[in-house]
Amino acid sequence: MASIEAKTGPMTHSRLPQRGLSRHARLALVWLALAAVPFVVPNAYWISLANLALINLVLIASLNLLMGYGGQISLAHAGFFGLGAYASGILNVRYGVPPWAGLPAAAVVAGLGALLIGIPALRLRGHYLAMATLGWNAILVVFFTQLVGFTGGPNGLLGVEPFSIFGHALDTEAKAFPLAWAVAFFVMLAISNLLASRIGRSIRAVATNELGAQSLGIDSFRTKLAVFVLSAGMAGIAGSLYVHINQYASPETFGIAPSIMLLVMVAIGGAGTFYGPMLGALIYTAVPQILLDYEDAELMLFGLGLLVVLILFPRGLAGIPAALTGLVRRRRA
Amino acid sequence: MQTTTALLQVLSSGIGTGAVYALVALGFNVVFKSTGAMNFAQGEWVVMGGMVTALLIGTFSSVGLAVVAAVVLVGVVGLLSERLTVQPLKRPDALVITLVTIGLSIVSRSLVMLVLGKKPVGYAGFSGNTALSFGGVSIQSQTLWIIAITLAFLVVMHAFFERTILGKALRAAAADREAAAIVGVNVGSTVLLSFGIAALAGALAGAIVTPLTLASYDQGAIFGFKGFSAAMLGGLGSLPGAVVGGLALGLLEAFGSFYISSDFKDAIAFAVLLLILFVRPSGLLGRADIVKV
Repeated sequence: MASIEAKTGPMTHSRLPQRGLSRHARLALVWLALAAVPFVVPNAYWISLANLALINLVLIASLNLLMGYGGQISLAHAGFFGLGAYASGILNVRYGVPPWAGLPAAAVVAGLGALLIGIPALRLRGHYLAMATLGWNAILVVFFTQLVGFTGGPNGLLGVEPFSIFGHALDTEAKAFPLAWAVAFFVMLAISNLLASRIGRSIRAVATNELGAQSLGIDSFRTKLAVFVLSAGMAGIAGSLYVHINQYASPETFGIAPSIMLLVMVAIGGAGTFYGPMLGALIYTAVPQILLDYEDAELMLFGLGLLVVLILFPRGLAGIPAALTGLVRRRRA
Repeated sequence: MQTTTALLQVLSSGIGTGAVYALVALGFNVVFKSTGAMNFAQGEWVVMGGMVTALLIGTFSSVGLAVVAAVVLVGVVGLLSERLTVQPLKRPDALVITLVTIGLSIVSRSLVMLVLGKKPVGYAGFSGNTALSFGGVSIQSQTLWIIAITLAFLVVMHAFFERTILGKALRAAAADREAAAIVGVNVGSTVLLSFGIAALAGALAGAIVTPLTLASYDQGAIFGFKGFSAAMLGGLGSLPGAVVGGLALGLLEAFGSFYISSDFKDAIAFAVLLLILFVRPSGLLGRADIVKV
């Protein structure tokens, strides 16, 4: 029987940047270019969108690590994002813990949340991680909404402090940008280094052929669990960034619907490509803004766009250049 | 005595909800069997079933006719959806089809919103909004309708899969696509058919539950997740599993909200579901997948 997990073959042809510049130099160049964003956009609203896009990038890139490279489907990524946001936010609001301490705490709490569900679910193949994470996200949202004493319930968590450097609060969008920019850089760097390491090769080996990987002495359960927990931890970091930059969090941001959209954005950007998540994050952030003018038709246009991309470019937007060169080559031949 | 009455009351409402989940899970399973994909559009067809019935009741002035027409109409929507979105795929693997159904669900939801409106709609139960009393236990007449119609649909489906050549072809293609193609089954049309049946089952669920819950364009996702959960619980791809899973989930929710907390109803249901899956990964009725090395 066809299972989703078993068919990740085409998605795992990962191509880390190899020709010309080293992968570190490429990443540094891209990030230097991004540093110009606050200086070229017209106003603070655009900077707030840039911050959101960087947070979304951390989310989509970490989910891509799990899905595109690891071949596992998680439907709880927004839930882990929420665990991080509420961990960091609640520590700050209720216990006066500074955001800088909340950031690692957020990663740990989200990672533990993944460990708890990953240990039983990842022993099984097939749809079980998808199902277990879907259920887990549903449970998390109930807790975010109902534990009003901690989370503020449906009204949201209010009064979250911004990050501050030497007593100087990063309380505007422009001041928060460098932070989001730097954190997103370190997450991308971490993913790049991880993929180039022995663990990264194990991750791809397990995704491509689990039995083959096991026969080479790779502990497939531990590898899958490690990448799942790491990916959730990164989502937790995104949560901490989100809650302290927005100084607010409410449950609907962390529901199953955003989890599904994150999954879709990984695919749209190009699952298993290193820079694909940047396209995914850009689209996830920009398209809702562009479609605001269309009011009720917004959802329809978004869905149709999604279908068109998925039907025409099943490898995502990052796969378009490869698809075009393939076409040209075939013409010449 | 009081507690027995309450118990029976909760039991009947759980079975009613469970029957609806069973229909949704059945639709989910049919598509899963034929494509290996999780169909995220399943819940949208449930909503369509309810909302289209509400629209047609005015024209037909008969609930029965309106329900039949709406279910057939949504079944056609299911067929069209497959032709427009799944069939054009160059390499239709399970993951791509799953992602496509996410797009399909968004488009279907917005279509319902644009064409049928944002307001929740409802209509009276098939025997009015009456309740029957059995020795102190009062049961909505619509709940009995739900149970009866679900049973009838299951009997028809069973006969279809066991007795008709089309149903057998569908099962053959689900078991082994290549082998089925060799003996002359048109595998492409079985995927089409599975979407049609799934839409039919979903729409029927929507049409019979709307008198109790109202239908609104944004409920599809919830129905879809409940159907997916019920399908997993019973055993993915198993038709009797869909029934057992649906009933189990309905009862879990009913008893969870009655005895523990209605605020945490969904959390309780999902937590028990996860526990069951960790103990019995293949579901209550599913057979364990034997992976050949």
